[in-house]
Amino acid sequence: MAGAAGPRAAPGAAGGDGDDSLYPIAVLIDELRNEDVQLRLNSIKKLSTIALALGVERTRTELLPFLTDTIYDEDEVLLALAEQLGNFTGLVGGPDFAHCLLPPLESLATVEETVVRDKAVESLRQISQEHTPVALEAHFVPLVKRLASGDWFTSRTSACGLFSVCYPRASNAVKAEIRQHFRSLCSDDTPMVRRAAASKLGEFAKVLELDSVKTEIVPLFTNLASDEQDSVRLLAVEACVSIAQLLSQDDLEALVIPILRQAAEDKSWRVRYMVADKFSELQKAVGPKITLNDLIPAFQSLLKDCEAEVRAAAAHKVKELCENLPTEGREAIIVNQILPYIKELVSDTNQHVKSALASVIMGLSTILGKENTIEHLLPLFLAQLKDECPEVRLNIISNLDCVNEVIGIRQLSQSLLPAIVELAEDAKWRVRLAIIEYMPLLAGQLGVEFFDEKLNSLCMAWLVDHVYAIREAATNNLMKLVQKFGTEWAQNTIVPKVLVMANDPNYLHRMTTLFCINALSEACGQEITTKQMLPIVLKMAGDQVANVRFNVAKSLQKIGPILDTDALQGKVKPVLQKLGQDEDMDVKYFAQEAISVVAQRLRKLDVLVKDREEPRIPGADKNLFLIPRGPGEDTGKGPACQLHVNTRDTLAQLEIAELVHFLQSRE
Amino acid sequence: METKLPPASTPTSPSSPGLSPVPPPDKVDGFSRRSLRRARPRRSHSSSQFRYQSNQQELTPLPLLKDVPASELHELLSRKLAQCGVMFDFLDCVADLKGKEVKRAALNELVECVGSTRGVLIEPVYPDIIRMISVNIFRTLPPSENPEFDPEEDEPNLEPSWPHLQLVYEFFLRFLESPDFQPSVAKRYVDQKFVLMLLELFDSEDPREREYLKTILHRVYGKFLGLRAYIRKQCNHIFLRFIYELEHFNGVAELLEILGSIINGFALPLKTEHKQFLVRVLIPLHSVKSLSVFHAQLAYCVVQFLEKDATLTEHVIRGLLKYWPKTCTQKEVMFLGEMEEILDVIEPSQFVKIQEPLFKQVARCVSSPHFQVAERALYFWNNEYILSLIEDNCHTVLPAVFGTLYQVSKEHWNQTIVSLIYNVLKTFMEMNGKLFDELTASYKLEKQQEQQKAQERQELWQGLEELRLRRLQGTQGAKDGPLPRPTPQVAASGGQS
Repeated sequence: MAGAAGPRAAPGAAGGDGDDSLYPIAVLIDELRNEDVQLRLNSIKKLSTIALALGVERTRTELLPFLTDTIYDEDEVLLALAEQLGNFTGLVGGPDFAHCLLPPLESLATVEETVVRDKAVESLRQISQEHTPVALEAHFVPLVKRLASGDWFTSRTSACGLFSVCYPRASNAVKAEIRQHFRSLCSDDTPMVRRAAASKLGEFAKVLELDSVKTEIVPLFTNLASDEQDSVRLLAVEACVSIAQLLSQDDLEALVIPILRQAAEDKSWRVRYMVADKFSELQKAVGPKITLNDLIPAFQSLLKDCEAEVRAAAAHKVKELCENLPTEGREAIIVNQILPYIKELVSDTNQHVKSALASVIMGLSTILGKENTIEHLLPLFLAQLKDECPEVRLNIISNLDCVNEVIGIRQLSQSLLPAIVELAEDAKWRVRLAIIEYMPLLAGQLGVEFFDEKLNSLCMAWLVDHVYAIREAATNNLMKLVQKFGTEWAQNTIVPKVLVMANDPNYLHRMTTLFCINALSEACGQEITTKQMLPIVLKMAGDQVANVRFNVAKSLQKIGPILDTDALQGKVKPVLQKLGQDEDMDVKYFAQEAISVVAQRLRKLDVLVKDREEPRIPGADKNLFLIPRGPGEDTGKGPACQLHVNTRDTLAQLEIAELVHFLQSRE
Repeated sequence: METKLPPASTPTSPSSPGLSPVPPPDKVDGFSRRSLRRARPRRSHSSSQFRYQSNQQELTPLPLLKDVPASELHELLSRKLAQCGVMFDFLDCVADLKGKEVKRAALNELVECVGSTRGVLIEPVYPDIIRMISVNIFRTLPPSENPEFDPEEDEPNLEPSWPHLQLVYEFFLRFLESPDFQPSVAKRYVDQKFVLMLLELFDSEDPREREYLKTILHRVYGKFLGLRAYIRKQCNHIFLRFIYELEHFNGVAELLEILGSIINGFALPLKTEHKQFLVRVLIPLHSVKSLSVFHAQLAYCVVQFLEKDATLTEHVIRGLLKYWPKTCTQKEVMFLGEMEEILDVIEPSQFVKIQEPLFKQVARCVSSPHFQVAERALYFWNNEYILSLIEDNCHTVLPAVFGTLYQVSKEHWNQTIVSLIYNVLKTFMEMNGKLFDELTASYKLEKQQEQQKAQERQELWQGLEELRLRRLQGTQGAKDGPLPRPTPQVAASGGQS
């Protein structure tokens, strides 16, 4: 524990005693007081260093009082301070002195800014665990009580988060007091405090004795759940999850369920939304019996709520709800009690509702099994695949794997294909982008034949899309496909098509060839790269557009690690040298960068060969004819890959890509 | 139920493939999410209101109020009020047209009657009136159609039931303003709960509704003395929630406008409660992202306070400096505007207290790379009163801003700014030539000192870091003795957590 740095630090640091005089507290405090906020912030962030320099005693007697007094700073500085103090126990002398940290944190817990306060509470919670039971009652509990009865709402909200950490370790008398304080905060005058109390109700209930839960927490819960402000009521729903886990089924049914039922029909949609949103947790907490009797009807009414927000939240939970039903009789319940409502949602007026449903509905097939899926779900899938909203279709397509396991994807392929084609040609590039990302998945599910027949042409068409982001995604997609289907497939189907584009009149398409080569070379391996791709790249070095030429330089740098010494020395280097003399500044720059990388690579190959050769043939220093196995294989992890050049390169490309998105979007 | 379902789902399936929505021709590909959202058909909203309305009864027109003898007037009035308490679904614009028309006519008549006929408002009709108003206006506001609703750019969602709602608000207003209106009777019905619900409605996205609410709340505040403190308190809660929890509430500007006139009427000396409102609510309100929507009203409130009690100036200015925007230049310009408004009414004795931090901030603004911020700050020197304050205190103000002005005059990219700064420097020269020369002379020295200080700071921290490492190693040695622990840093971070 951190305490070790405390008292025992003294003998160890004895040698450094002379250092202390170098750093009088005044200098350090000056740093914490600097006029420039940024410098002040930097100093606070290194507060532990300062404390360490001062030693535990002076930290306690000089630094902490200073920090407690200068609490009026920028919130950002206070936030950093609150965070630091949570880890300070070791620096003030261990658990025995943890209470020294309470005064500054107490002030921070009353600050207006929420993030500062929350952080202070978090640190206080952390420190509370380091207190001995005696210190806890002597120092920590009084602090909580002071906060709980503070004037301004901020301290009272902070107090709400501290009850549960000190309650379990307090004596019975103190426990009663703590409960009393919590009770009064639950009926506080300001809604902010009631909200804070409501949000901690569940947590507090968990540390209470079961009797107190029944006699005290349940009434508080009942009150909060019928608060005049919906923002309080909805938090009570959250607490309901924790409380329900603590009570017996009978108590639940008598005390909690009526309130839950009322919340599901609350006049405020926010409360109903909360019930929908927490449905799975509630379901688990109340158990199967109550779920069937009470929750399913509530769920049905949420699924046809008048507010789309609520319906969408409920739709999201359909799968989880069904999954968590008891296996016995599950199918019947789903088919009779849930599916009719789902069918209606498929043709909902709101697209968010439909897409929420589409994101989970496929998951039902594993629960319902093959026959039910074909009978009940398939029509819904098909309807959603034809939905007017692309997001709905995408959500269905992105979850195809669930259905594939149950009924096989072929059942859907008839409808799937038109849907994919339509999405692939959607007018919005974000939609096109989304479908591209599912291509590797689809390819895996549909198999290489179907893919070649129906989808390959789409994948190639994206390469000449007018939006850069699509072309880029299409390039990455090709790489993933090659990883899936293998190099032979690549050589036969993709590579020729990509290489043909090198002669395209549009320079953007010619560049796409280069980008594809960048992406594919590694997956395709040395042979295809050297024999098929490299000649094209080299030929393009003579392109009339400078952008193409410097991308040639970049490509050569990128595929360098895959090539052998011969190709690098004999083919790549001369071309790069020529580009290095280019009239265009950028071409020159990238060519030179590539030359140095290639040169390094060559040197590495050289050294590796030498290392290998020397012990065996001491005289051999010519190695041009040697094509060592080692370097050829080590493309993935060899020294050339540690040059970081690639990452930098992609970063730059990303920036350019963003710029291009931006420009294109404004056209 | 279940038998009905299949046909319900079938009509949609054929419609989809051929009729997929054609994107509007003017929508260009790219970042058009905002416009897309707008293009999509308006979804049903504000339906919460009709959730619990069932068994709609048929409305039949009643005789006109002016046609009945005075003895039957009140009985008819009650029936009309009851009729107006029936709610209609305005999302379905063709539903129950007849009923809607009957209610509209009745409401119109009520508006007319309460506004012009004396002697109508007798005690027994109060509960009926308040009930009718409550039923109509109090409802859970629907979820915002656009979660990133930007009041400055986006079209608000208008309340579909406005044809009726407007008349109800109009009626409510005339009721409150009627010479026969008796607060002592009404206060039994217009209670705290009523006011709370009224305040919640200020979140409405419909500006027409908020406008009515503003006037109504103002009248309520004026007529119900017993509710005043409560209204102020609830406004505080709304603001605090807005500042610290949600950052979303549509009616902030309207509430501030009402408060502006309330502050105007505060008696002197100001109560602690009111001062606290200024310091703990109005000042932090400046930190909210959507400040531009209500800044004018907010600045008005602040200046009202300062005109009441000048001793609050220091608090206010220090507060503004605390919340000074760091990244949002648009807000920075607003802050500068408000600061000038405050300086316009500042007392010289107060100015002295805050001049240094204030002008350091002004100098920072002048050095802003955003020329509008720099320009706005430099305009302070066009203000006669501010200029006179600067002149009176030039021994403090000049050193606070000189270094920055001098530097920016050499570096700023915008020529207008540079020439404005030259003008300011010229004014300084004329103001106090000697001081100006001294500052110019010491400028270089200060720059060097700054560099030296920065270096010293770096050395200090380096030393501290070394010391820390040594200590940790020492601790390590003392603690673990012979055990070799080669990574003190890892051990340190582990030990602290």
